[in-house]
Amino acid sequence: MSQPIRIHAARDFKERSLAALNDPAQRKNFRGAMDFLQMKRRAQFGDKDELTTLRDLGEAIRRYALANLPELLEQLERNLTANGIQVHWAETADEANAIALGIARRVDARLIAKGKSMVSEEVGFNHAMEAGGLETLETDMGEYIVQLAGEAPSHIIMPAIHKTKQQIAALFAEKIPGVAYSEDVDTLIRIGRQVLRRKFAEAGIGLSGVNFAVAETGTLFLVENEGNGRMCTTVPKVHIAITGIEKVVARLEHVPPLNSLLPRSATGQAVTTYLNLISSPRKPGELDGPEEVHLILVDNGRTQAYGDLQLRATLQCIRCGACMNHCPVYARIGGHAYGTTYPGPIGAIISPHLRGLEATYPLSFASTLCGACVEVCPVRIPIVDLLVRLRNEAQAREGSADATLRGSGAARTTLVSTIWNGWALIYSRLRMYRITSWFMSRGRAQSPVEQGAWTRSRTPLTPAPKRLRDLIKETNQ
Amino acid sequence: MSARDRILGRLRAAPKGSPVALPDIAAWHATRPPLATDAALAKFRSNMEAAHAEVHDTTAQDWPLLLARLAAEKGVRTLLFGPDTPHGAQLAASAPAGVELVPYDRPVAQWRDRLFDGIDASITGARSAIADTGSMVLWPDANEPRLMSLVPPIHFVLLDAARMHANLLAAMLSERWASGMPTNALVISGPSKTADIQQVLAYGAHGPREVIVLLCLASGGKP
Amino acid sequence: MEYAQGFSRDYPAKPADVYLFATCLVDQFAPDAGLDTIRLLEREGITVHFPQAQTCCGQPAYSSGYPDQARAVARQQLDIFPEPWPIVVPSGSCGAMLRHDYPKLFAADPVLAPKARALAERVFELTEFLVHVVGFAHDDSGAPCTIALHTSCHARREMGCHETSAALLAGLTQVKVTGQARIEECCGFGGTFSMRFPDISEAIVSDKVDSLRATGAERVVSADCGCLLNILGRAAKLDEIAGRSEATLPGEHIATFLWRRTGGEPS
Ligand code: SF4
Repeated sequence: MSQPIRIHAARDFKERSLAALNDPAQRKNFRGAMDFLQMKRRAQFGDKDELTTLRDLGEAIRRYALANLPELLEQLERNLTANGIQVHWAETADEANAIALGIARRVDARLIAKGKSMVSEEVGFNHAMEAGGLETLETDMGEYIVQLAGEAPSHIIMPAIHKTKQQIAALFAEKIPGVAYSEDVDTLIRIGRQVLRRKFAEAGIGLSGVNFAVAETGTLFLVENEGNGRMCTTVPKVHIAITGIEKVVARLEHVPPLNSLLPRSATGQAVTTYLNLISSPRKPGELDGPEEVHLILVDNGRTQAYGDLQLRATLQCIRCGACMNHCPVYARIGGHAYGTTYPGPIGAIISPHLRGLEATYPLSFASTLCGACVEVCPVRIPIVDLLVRLRNEAQAREGSADATLRGSGAARTTLVSTIWNGWALIYSRLRMYRITSWFMSRGRAQSPVEQGAWTRSRTPLTPAPKRLRDLIKETNQ
Repeated sequence: MSARDRILGRLRAAPKGSPVALPDIAAWHATRPPLATDAALAKFRSNMEAAHAEVHDTTAQDWPLLLARLAAEKGVRTLLFGPDTPHGAQLAASAPAGVELVPYDRPVAQWRDRLFDGIDASITGARSAIADTGSMVLWPDANEPRLMSLVPPIHFVLLDAARMHANLLAAMLSERWASGMPTNALVISGPSKTADIQQVLAYGAHGPREVIVLLCLASGGKP
Repeated sequence: MEYAQGFSRDYPAKPADVYLFATCLVDQFAPDAGLDTIRLLEREGITVHFPQAQTCCGQPAYSSGYPDQARAVARQQLDIFPEPWPIVVPSGSCGAMLRHDYPKLFAADPVLAPKARALAERVFELTEFLVHVVGFAHDDSGAPCTIALHTSCHARREMGCHETSAALLAGLTQVKVTGQARIEECCGFGGTFSMRFPDISEAIVSDKVDSLRATGAERVVSADCGCLLNILGRAAKLDEIAGRSEATLPGEHIATFLWRRTGGEPS
């Protein structure tokens, strides 16, 4: 049912974004949703001083965790193991899937009920399980809708944000036996509840993501509103949690500040309905809960970001989605155009590490660098600086000091480099600049009326008859 | 070499960067002064109600009567409870008329279908509560298993008003969570909900549609 | 504001001399904005020095991922302000480049890094300078009018200049500044972004033109020429397509607007 991972380079990105721009219904959905989410977030952070303090602290907690990452991962592993949770390490997406498949085979599971997990999307989990003969079922309402439609999530928090209730009503009526068309949201949710409820008990494995993994106590924190995450982590005999290696925090007391920032930044809620803290499998005498709990720690390129002190900040992310909710580009093209698991600003800065720059460099250029994302990021990731750095990496000459990442140089073209070299030549040599700009002013009548991309949407740029420097000279004489 | 060793090896080989100080959680905590009891209760109540939960005042003695009335109003015919908890025993001793008390007394695998399809409501205790966000802390155990607060459509929660904390961090610190976490700890802030369809809020997504707090006050009356 | 670096800084007393870094856009495309900047400052008794050796701040290459080329151009600007005078920039975007990005650009160079930092400390965006250093206070002598203010993203988020621009306009008694839907949203210019992704850029700037038009304001005022060229160019193109001969959304640089409203002769 789910989609395999596909690689999209520059042309694909352009085509997809163009298609999205020309879909007025979808643009309206995104615009409306973005306006709503921005308004809700603003309402949560009326007290600017409180927000500043909290962001400082959120950033400090994440930076502290990253600064001590190898030690904290070992401590997490030690404590989880002592608590009876089995820890697995996966360098790649394939390894992560193989681990899950191995567990499924051993316990003879047929169906995996899934709570929301972006890392599972990232590694192509559903596809890999299906290839291995297992069925996967998304149980988060948004993810369920998206899976039913054979699509991928278009937002990391609200997977079905691109869909209207009319589209969902039609989808349910078409795909779920015995369901009549209804646009009533309560009815639609009740249908989803009924279908999925039966499945939790059938599933041999429940899969979940992790929001924060606490090294100090060996505790997995899951944040959610629906309760499907609790179902997946409680009802099936086996619970597998899958997460990136960066999700660890040092101490239990580090969670409350992050947990205050996360839902407020994401959806403008003060708190989610459930905080689900898992520290061990079912103990003797307990009547429910999984008998086995596993944690799969996924690298999948994260160590590349970690290896660079500037790019390491990428891993501070707590996946709140605020950056995409405030991004003028995301608001126009939506999540699918990016062609990556993580869209929007966070997608542009994390995807190059997960998939390499060859496949993902267009994302770093698809930004006006307006900084709206930086302004709202709860852990203060300097997204704009990281985008600029990735643009540099993408165009760096192979073998040069600027080419340090997988796929560096993939966007380099002789033409563009020559233009910038020429530009630098003109603007760093006063005489060259004077001559060039003089000719531009004098030749203004001959300024081209066709100025490529600029004049497709705007009237032509025409230099002034006299430059400021000339006018000043004249008045000073 | 294992994947583990290679991952940790790469992390260790990375440049160290300047040291980062341990975040000062205590300083942040100090900026959020504790609430007076009345203010905390009022905040808890308004937050809970804003999240679509009901909060009813009662006492440690009288709550079974309140529960009986609410159960009757809501048409509850089967009520899941933990017979080996003190409040379970209290309830069994004054069982509400017309309501079948169903004990959670065997492993879920033995009666999954009934639990999922044949139970109208449950009652559990809460360990404590959080005023700041309108939340209740539950530490499910053998006597009051995890699914009691998740599967039945209505969840009654018995809460001692004296167990109110200002915020999540205060609860963690004063209850010393870090010195020993249970299998599963929960912080619940109202009924299950979703806004996944066009940002329209709907309740009862997968968990309870209604969360009803029986708030036991020492005074018994309205605060 | 919420950028990590914050906006609080110490402002000097009103100086006798300042440098003007006009930016390449003003030099070549909007010299009137530069002249009006000079007039506004000289009316306050400040001597404005325009180093003829200035070219461009280097931002186009920097933000396009060509830091070496940006450095080469930025290097040219480091030595042309020898006196310790403030450097006034009639653009929040170029101002932010000098103030925040120069120190990063030269961070690895032991000789130039201190120079870049010292220069950055002296950089002021025009409206910031008028409010916090000059204490701009002049009577509004124009006819009543309604305008909309557009602040560039860099001016807003890196310099906090949406507040100083707004404060200057609020001081004009006959000028009403309208509210605006999504006032904080980018105009979609983004330098080379508008060339690489013309369709996305057009979608964003079209929305900006729509929300500015919807205010009913007779013109848009901005302290950044880049945004103005983008917004006004789009509005004019839409006029052209609709066959309108009159510009439905004119606009001007805030320096020109302030000068005009407070009794100055037009350039
Ligand atoms: S980059 Fe920041 S704003 Fe974006 S998802 Fe991550 S934490 Fe949230």
